[in-house]
Amino acid sequence: MGTEKDPQFVKFRGIVKKYGDVTAVAKMDLDIPEGALVTLLGPSGCGKTTLLRMLAGLEEPTEGDIIVNGNRINDTPIHKRNLGMIFQNYALFPHKSIFDNVAFGLKYRSVSRDQIREKVKHALEVVRLPGVENRKPAQLSGGQQQRIALARAIVIEPDVLLMDEPLSALDENLREDMRREIDNLQRMLGVTTIFVTHDQREALSMSDKIVVMRDGLKLQEGDPETVYNKPANHFVADFLGHSNFLPGEVVGQDDENVRVRIETGDVLLARHRGSWKQGDAVELVVRAQRFEAHRQSHFQPTEGMNSFAGRIKDKSYMGGEVSYFIELPSGREIHVISMMRTRTYDYGDEVSVQVAPYHCHLIGREPEE
Amino acid sequence: MKLPSGWSLIRAYTILIYVWMFTPIVAVVLLSFNPQQFGSFPMEGFSFRWYFRLAGNATILGAFKNSIVLGSLTAVLTTAVGIPAAMAFVRYDFRGKDTLNTLLLAPIMIPEVVLGVALLLFIRWLQQPKSFVLLLIGHVVLTLPYVLLVVQARLVGIKKEYEEAAQTLGASPFQTFWSVTFPLLAPAIFAGMLFSFTISFDDVTATLFWATAHNQTVPVKIFGMLRNSISPEINALGTVMIVLTVSIPLFAGYISRRFARAAEK
Ligand SMILES: Nc1ncnc2c1ncn2[C@@H]1O[C@H](COP(=O)(O)OP(=O)(O)O)[C@@H](O)[C@H]1O
Ligand SMILES: [Mg+2]
Repeated sequence: MGTEKDPQFVKFRGIVKKYGDVTAVAKMDLDIPEGALVTLLGPSGCGKTTLLRMLAGLEEPTEGDIIVNGNRINDTPIHKRNLGMIFQNYALFPHKSIFDNVAFGLKYRSVSRDQIREKVKHALEVVRLPGVENRKPAQLSGGQQQRIALARAIVIEPDVLLMDEPLSALDENLREDMRREIDNLQRMLGVTTIFVTHDQREALSMSDKIVVMRDGLKLQEGDPETVYNKPANHFVADFLGHSNFLPGEVVGQDDENVRVRIETGDVLLARHRGSWKQGDAVELVVRAQRFEAHRQSHFQPTEGMNSFAGRIKDKSYMGGEVSYFIELPSGREIHVISMMRTRTYDYGDEVSVQVAPYHCHLIGREPEE
Repeated sequence: MKLPSGWSLIRAYTILIYVWMFTPIVAVVLLSFNPQQFGSFPMEGFSFRWYFRLAGNATILGAFKNSIVLGSLTAVLTTAVGIPAAMAFVRYDFRGKDTLNTLLLAPIMIPEVVLGVALLLFIRWLQQPKSFVLLLIGHVVLTLPYVLLVVQARLVGIKKEYEEAAQTLGASPFQTFWSVTFPLLAPAIFAGMLFSFTISFDDVTATLFWATAHNQTVPVKIFGMLRNSISPEINALGTVMIVLTVSIPLFAGYISRRFARAAEK
């Protein structure tokens, strides 16, 4: 071990949490780089909250070590961990004024009265709510309460900021604003942040790193582009974005592409990433936005592009775009989102669907459950 | 509105029951203002004669003092025991939790006679004489269920997140209790104290078993007086008791509602 600073500020090592027979978190190894915003993304019940609460000290791991800034903190009591936690429903103290709420954590640190006043004032300015010191939490709107909760957590200059679905209690339109604000604030302060959400858009738009979880397991981690464009498995591909899955079999490959025969008999090309061999059972993953639909009668396939035939079965108009559900000769339906730059199609129209090999991603086919 | 005949029967029946329940009480209150020694209706005049008599009766005043001291100590002790117990039941999981909770709430369901005798047998077994301490312990046992119920109900309503937030911000469990839990719990604690005072102040059956000649409470005194004679003083005393035992819980309810509203505003 040298004197070099470990860039991984928070480390989970073999963390397991069991509640009786239920395994909430299973053998989790996870690194959080210093200053990064990392999201834990996954469906409800996958163990995100439990993982966060173990770091905060609110739950005790059944097994494993939690390391913050080089120190194992398993045995450090909650109030000595110096972590700022933001709860889903804010948890502002209802009997205390906004000033006393924000000043709460400072009272247990050696900070003089004048400094407390100064710091509270500054924190309220940072969350853009100056001058509300004397109000009670119930007198503020949901979005404002959220900001106070944020001010209360950052004023203590925590080592790590923990947020458990902080936006889920807000109205849809407020959520987007608040998301950007949290994102900017985190960048400005440079505080290492763990953000829990089940909303893929939140995760994709603000994270330096996304950790996709299911059933207490980490399924994939990486920056948003990697997780979105190169999903490691069916679940990740399905959870993020509108994905189509075309089951098939590897029938050959060259330096650039893998050739896959799908159910319809068409052979499609997928860009070569990872190692496949002939006969592998695979799924071809294509985002709904990557397909292009063309009128079949006029269609001339572009050189080097994949194409196959289908018929419009259903469509829904969504303002800027149209969703088509296209039935393939094999009976499988695919979902295509078209940006309406070209013409629109109607029920029953025969179309050709085209997609670049670059946008076809291969994953191993998992045995049916 | 015209009600079907079945409903009007039930209504008449209900009214009759209320009349039957409240007539004796009203009679006691009215007769306490009757100047005659052997009061009967219709009343002949109106006076505070019996109230003045009462105020000059040293043994009654002594009993009042006993009742108030006992009631106050019971209230303080019961709350002191009840808050941590309620916290444990609502916030923590431990083995035998349900059993213990049932045991502590049992005095509500057990006949007071049984409770009275049981405690007496217990101190006999310990070879201790009856004393004020025994009486106090008895009343704590008697009133604990009510405090537990009131405080538990409030605690369930106080989200655990408040305490967790306080702790993540740097407050120790003890500091968390005093700065967050206790203030939010205050209305329930106050209501619980007034409840246990009232129940202690009002209790006859069990207290009859536990009281000695030196620490008789007002209800026990009234019971004793009734055995000898029926003095109109008892009517006056009864009226005072009614006013106290009805108004204290009403007051407690009012205060706790005001507290709750003030905390949110
Ligand atoms: N206190 C608890 N007691 C028992 N089971 C729990 C407890 N907390 C969480 N769980 C279980 O652990 C799993 C993970 O829960 P949680 O971490 O809250 O998921 P998420 O936050 O991802 O929705 C769920 O199956 C949940 O039912
Ligand atoms: Mg959760």
